[in-house]
Amino acid sequence: MTEQDTFRVKAGLAERLKGGVIMDVTTPEQAKIAEEAGAVAVMALERVPADIRAAGGVARMADPDVILRIMDAVTIPVMAKARIGHFAEAQILEALGIDFIDESEVLTPADEEFHINKHLFKVPFVCGARNLGEALRRIGEGAAMIRTKGEAGTGNVVEAVRHIRMVMSEIRKLQNTPDEELMTFAKNIAAPYDLVVEVKRLGRLPVVNFAAGGIATPADAALMMQLGCDGIFVGSGIFKSQDPIARARAIVGATRHYDDPQILAELSKGLGEAMPGLEIASLAERMQERGW
Amino acid sequence: MRIGILGLQGAVREHRLSLQACGLLPENIITVKKPGELDDLQGLVIPGGESTTLGLLMTKYGFLEPIREKARQGMGILGTCAGMVLLAGKINGHRQPTLGLLEMEIVRNGFGRQIESFETELFLPDIDTHPGGTKPFPAVFIRAPYGINPGPRVQVLAALGEKIVLARQGKLLACAFHPELTADYRLHRYFLSLIAESHDE
Repeated sequence: MTEQDTFRVKAGLAERLKGGVIMDVTTPEQAKIAEEAGAVAVMALERVPADIRAAGGVARMADPDVILRIMDAVTIPVMAKARIGHFAEAQILEALGIDFIDESEVLTPADEEFHINKHLFKVPFVCGARNLGEALRRIGEGAAMIRTKGEAGTGNVVEAVRHIRMVMSEIRKLQNTPDEELMTFAKNIAAPYDLVVEVKRLGRLPVVNFAAGGIATPADAALMMQLGCDGIFVGSGIFKSQDPIARARAIVGATRHYDDPQILAELSKGLGEAMPGLEIASLAERMQERGW
Repeated sequence: MRIGILGLQGAVREHRLSLQACGLLPENIITVKKPGELDDLQGLVIPGGESTTLGLLMTKYGFLEPIREKARQGMGILGTCAGMVLLAGKINGHRQPTLGLLEMEIVRNGFGRQIESFETELFLPDIDTHPGGTKPFPAVFIRAPYGINPGPRVQVLAALGEKIVLARQGKLLACAFHPELTADYRLHRYFLSLIAESHDE
């Protein structure tokens, strides 16, 4: 008996990415740089979040031509973003043979009420979450991987910290909640009951949970790993910095040696300017508020 | 018995839980992040991860020669998925650093991209000599490699058609699927028995 699109096969790919860094790239050349720096996967985009934020307007799925050229350039898995609720974009990405789809708030949502029914796809999905309820709703819809939403394109880690701290503290609270209170716990965070029970049993999410949205330095990556993330997405942080190759390598190293300050100190030296950061209060639009 | 898990990237926690389920004490399972930590190990697990990334990092952090040396001294190695790629010498169509210990060619991503990934059941009679027949082993293949052209010292333990998915060469065990992602610990137990045997010799 052979089955293709089981949840174990989808979530298993995410397990293999653990301890790794996934980098946003817009060209095959950038994809090669990311691969050579030790990225475990790349996210193929037309524009990095910082540019999407600056450009304004409607941000959509990337041109399939860009995605295919990036897929040809590297042997590591390639991810791409679809708009929240835009299942037709997701179908197109699946037809291209992409390895993972990010149903992402970085793009302009196509549906303000419903996310994609991710169970219907063979390709695994990653989704953003700010708290345990949101994470479990996405997993309930079939997401095989979760990431913090953070605030993409800002180079400011504060929102990603808020989101991982929230998820971890809710899990700790859940572990101390007696079984008879779990239905009410599920109701209060608007999460599927069965998943709440599973998280209590496991003491963690049933899928891997990466950091995303504002990571710009090796120290940021180490911070997020120490707070309990399984790996790191870096969006604008690499190719909007002064020396992308050095920074990409340093963030890969910091994700591995997140608990060794001596190595982190070494890795953080002489990287040139990080991407210019943005204060969250100054933002016209907070991408993290897209989706529910 | 002390077993290490190469902790550069990949499914490290799952291998640790599988080894614990086989009765190994947590303090005897070492997450290896530096070559020096290989010193007093009898066995090493190279987990599933991305083989390109793992190969790069093993080179960068100077793991290749120390692991080869330990293998020559008799350390057992279980390589799953990317670990199977890294154990081998010749990789079909890719130039990447590997350990070159396993005498078998590897076809990387041999079954295709992620949407072609699958799970199936394998019968492993050489591993499970349970009386009254064997129970199928759940095998999760994710962007998996397979082996071809095994050398004379390689014992093929499972294949899908012509594609070798489980092979042993002395105390090296190469596995194209992910035994750490299922709650069936026979393969980990078999690996530990290979090490225990050689211990007695």
